[in-house]
Amino acid sequence: MKSAIVVFPGINRERDMALALKAASGKAATLVWHRDSALPDVDLVVLPGGFSYGDYLRAGAMAAQSPIMRAVKDHAARGGRVLAVCNGFQMATEAGLLPGALMRNAGLKFICRNVHLKVANASSDFTGHYQAGQVLSVPVAHHDGNYFADQATLDRLEQEDRVAFRYCDAEGRVDDDTNLNGSRRNIAGILSEDRNVLGLMPHPEDATDPQLGGTDGRGLFTSIVEALS
Amino acid sequence: MKAKVHVTLKNGVLDPQGKAIGNALSGLGFTGVDDVRQGKYIELDLAEKDPAKARESVEAMCRQLLANTVIENYAIELVG
Repeated sequence: MKSAIVVFPGINRERDMALALKAASGKAATLVWHRDSALPDVDLVVLPGGFSYGDYLRAGAMAAQSPIMRAVKDHAARGGRVLAVCNGFQMATEAGLLPGALMRNAGLKFICRNVHLKVANASSDFTGHYQAGQVLSVPVAHHDGNYFADQATLDRLEQEDRVAFRYCDAEGRVDDDTNLNGSRRNIAGILSEDRNVLGLMPHPEDATDPQLGGTDGRGLFTSIVEALS
Repeated sequence: MKAKVHVTLKNGVLDPQGKAIGNALSGLGFTGVDDVRQGKYIELDLAEKDPAKARESVEAMCRQLLANTVIENYAIELVG
């Protein structure tokens, strides 16, 4: 699997992502600068986490207008895979690659800790290595992770099995008490209509080595590598 | 010509910052504030002199960048 990570000013998780991709695929990811207008020939493009442009105006709003985003949209339109993590998820919604928006956390606090996620869709290229209902422990680090979409969009996401992950507790309970940040229907990650774009707020790349406190994020990378080889 | 743009969250979109401001006001003893909605104010200096063209241009700016119309409304006021 050949992959590229887009680097924007102010992001900070591109190195972690590169390590996770290298560990899973055996191949180094190409780093692409946001001012570039073309992507290398790759199977997977990653929009990584961080604070592009200092979250000015809205998180991800400026990055979504970067020259490279046109190429990322073309890649997605051709069926190319896009993994959008944290700030990358915010960029993907701002750029129209995924529906909805990510708002300020309902508790207004920046949340930086391990959280539990319930796998809702275990059949996509990104999640095939998980079991439906499996509970994962993965870190989050965000201030604007409160997923919002209107009722019709939320219903459609559920009907089309496009919710990938939900916030839950260690037992897999999904309700208001286990909703980390006020996200509608506890949504932590969603898939695009063609299931080739995954956006999620948690950081699977930071749960791929025992020294980082866990390896539950590995399944996502194993899934995408297997799907694309 | 100047354009004043107000960006606010749509009705029905929860505004946790507005709620926190409301709680803080009541903590300070200001009673009778039923609801608080907070937002952004953006001022643009425009070269365009024709109000209709200016409005059209600022509308496009709002749709493409200044507001996220999934969650926000915008209001444009032209001055001068």
